[in-house]
Amino acid sequence: MSGGAVLILGARSDIGLAIAQAFAAEGHAIQLAARDPDTLEAARNDLALRHGVDVSLHAFDALDYDSHEAFLDALPVLPEIAVCTVGFMGEQTESETDMNAARLVMRSNFEGPASILGLIANRFEARGNGIIVGISSVAGDRGRATNYVYGSAKAGFTAWLAGLRNRLAGSGVHVLTVKPGFVATAMTEGMDLPERLTAQPQAVGRAVLRAVNARRNVIYVKPVWWLVMLVIRSIPEAIFKKMRI
Amino acid sequence: MKLSGWGRYPVADCALSAPRDDAALAALLAEGTPLIARGNGRAYGDSALNRQRTVSTRHFNRMLDFDTKTGVLTAEAGVLLGDVIAAFLPHGWFPAVTPGTRFVSLGGMAAANVHGKNHHLDGGFRNFVDWVEVMGEDGTVTRASRDENPDLFDWTLGGMGLTGVILRLAMRLRRVETGWIRQRAIAAPDLSAAMAAFEAGHDAPYSVAWIDCLSSGARLGRSVVMLGEHAPLDHLPTRFRRLPYGPPPKRGRSMPFNAPGFALNRWTVSAFNALYYRMGARKAGTTYVPWDSYFYPLDSVLGWNRIYGRRGFIQFQCVLPEGAAREGLTALLKTIAAAGQGSFLAVLKKMGADGGRFSFPMPGYTLALDFPVTDKVLTLMDELDRITLDHEGRFYLAKDARLRPETLHTADPRAGEFASMRRQTGAAPAFASLQSERLGL
Ligand SMILES: Cc1cc2nc3c(=O)[nH]c(=O)nc-3n(C[C@H](O)[C@H](O)[C@H](O)COP(=O)(O)OP(=O)(O)OC[C@H]3O[C@@H](n4cnc5c(N)ncnc54)[C@H](O)[C@@H]3O)c2cc1C
Ligand SMILES: NC(=O)c1ccc[n+]([C@@H]2O[C@H](COP(=O)([O-])OP(=O)(O)OC[C@H]3O[C@@H](n4cnc5c(N)ncnc54)[C@H](OP(=O)(O)O)[C@@H]3O)[C@@H](O)[C@H]2O)c1
Repeated sequence: MSGGAVLILGARSDIGLAIAQAFAAEGHAIQLAARDPDTLEAARNDLALRHGVDVSLHAFDALDYDSHEAFLDALPVLPEIAVCTVGFMGEQTESETDMNAARLVMRSNFEGPASILGLIANRFEARGNGIIVGISSVAGDRGRATNYVYGSAKAGFTAWLAGLRNRLAGSGVHVLTVKPGFVATAMTEGMDLPERLTAQPQAVGRAVLRAVNARRNVIYVKPVWWLVMLVIRSIPEAIFKKMRI
Repeated sequence: MKLSGWGRYPVADCALSAPRDDAALAALLAEGTPLIARGNGRAYGDSALNRQRTVSTRHFNRMLDFDTKTGVLTAEAGVLLGDVIAAFLPHGWFPAVTPGTRFVSLGGMAAANVHGKNHHLDGGFRNFVDWVEVMGEDGTVTRASRDENPDLFDWTLGGMGLTGVILRLAMRLRRVETGWIRQRAIAAPDLSAAMAAFEAGHDAPYSVAWIDCLSSGARLGRSVVMLGEHAPLDHLPTRFRRLPYGPPPKRGRSMPFNAPGFALNRWTVSAFNALYYRMGARKAGTTYVPWDSYFYPLDSVLGWNRIYGRRGFIQFQCVLPEGAAREGLTALLKTIAAAGQGSFLAVLKKMGADGGRFSFPMPGYTLALDFPVTDKVLTLMDELDRITLDHEGRFYLAKDARLRPETLHTADPRAGEFASMRRQTGAAPAFASLQSERLGL
């Protein structure tokens, strides 16, 4: 059993690895791309042993734009599915005072992911098929004082994915936007997250697999987040600006 | 964070860390706070609890290598046994030793030197571990095997996490032709009959008995003895041959609530036991059972530990040496039946010899029972301890939550040696659990 290859961009992330596990379990070959791919040796062996699929490691930096075409050329095959889990939250307070820090957050969550996925989208379009999965965030659904730099970059990425989906509809290329709520990962370690609103990375992996198979457009991993964000979006700005949430 | 073992007793507020790699764990050790490793929390009591620092191995969850010729799997200690089965049974490999649940980590299996239904022939998990890599108090990693650092190997297998944190290990799997078990159930009307069935079935690779703990008098110890072996492909009834490795385990149904304490009064328990006995009697003869329902009958009900209600439950497990087993088991069962405190699960098993310097098993019979936590039960436990001591038995630390230090040290002089080894090597101040503190290890 072997499905088309799945490329994970930002594969050192817990969410990225969980998505890799979910697809490997279905027989897909896996391409793990990360800034420091040597550290993924154990993950590679694990995926191969558990699921008997081919796994390859690739050096990839989302912000090293000049390297992107060559990175794609060097993959064993153009993947069937490309998943981007690259992201960087930074510290909101730092992003308020240090614009270099702010720009790194903006670029890591929007510019970098959109750049690489833009190239992949064109190759998929030329081929006539492919699935693009972008991990964005509910933080992009409305700007809030506590994380609006990160949130705004995710908002940009969400809009970009929506536009790409619109552009490629009918071309055979599908685009899935994933807006996880809280996920228990390295990014959120040590934060006091409400248990009922927090997903495990494995749940994100399964949800993405299901959503890809069903060709969904936008998913929140835990359905309750859809409701939470509906409420948050519908609060009038005059009130919202005074709230602290 | 509130943590407990599988029995949900005791519950302790523990600072839980989950390092992602060796360096992060070494950094925790460098802080000097005593800590204990925690695998998947399936030990019943307080073996994997430390208020100041409990270290989850859940990020050490990768399989690293598999040798298809020898069946040796190298893996990180947090890998779950169930995942090993899922990965390798389809290729014809099965764990050489498995406890009664597959939701244990490999590190937890090594630390407790777990035993399975084949202990009478094969010994414990230790016999199938080629090496372990252990991080000691100074953050250095030592590989220990029978040849290399054999002392560390011997103390660690069965050392309940108190010699260091096991990071990785190599274990041997066994070849199987199918995932089916050919089972023969023997209804034994009393303890003598059960023991006779074990002796007669000594050559069967797997054996275990369920005991009805509430019957007394002439029916004391009536049980269903189950003998099993991996079914070879050509023995399998044709209708099963299409799926030689059995259907994949059913997705567990979970127990969503805490069952009220009264659900377990002695009447429901005796009804359960009687039913079980009849089932065993009816099924007597040979049947083919899928691996999961044979080895892990309880795993299909996720969270079954809640059936005992909020106060939790404790398990009593001892092993009695061959010579004293009959008399000792009789005394234990009489006391249990008279107390009428009900035991949902009572398991009897013949054990063989084992290695290691602090392993639980020894040749003889082991008896394991669950009880809801009540004051009466705690008193009953002391009574059972005394009988075990009188018959030169030993206690299984992976099940224990309340043993008294003097009982342990009287029963097992190795406990004192273990404690002084820990002082000498420097492990004592670095690795401690509520259990090790309670028991003076
Ligand atoms: C339903 C059920 C049936 C069972 N049946 C059996 C049986 O048939 N035979 C049997 O022998 N046992 C049996 N057990 C007990 C179980 O196998 C052991 O308690 C085992 O140690 C649990 O593994 P764990 O990963 O959950 O460890 P935990 O419960 O998390 O920890 C148990 C001990 O192992 C230590 N430990 C865990 N990981 C490491 C590590 N990486 N390095 C160092 N120390 C570590 C802990 O410090 C602790 O002392 C059963 C338990 C249950 C719940
Ligand atoms: N955790 C949550 O609650 C949550 C909620 C909503 C959305 N998300 C999103 O989910 C995705 C995965 O996050 P996570 O929670 O798994 O956290 P994570 O472990 O921090 O993952 C982020 C990953 O992005 C990678 N990355 C950052 N900049 C990169 C760059 N320039 N080039 C290549 N890779 C880069 C990081 O690589 P390195 O390992 O090399 O640093 C890291 O592996 C992110 O997009 C995040 O925003 C997370």
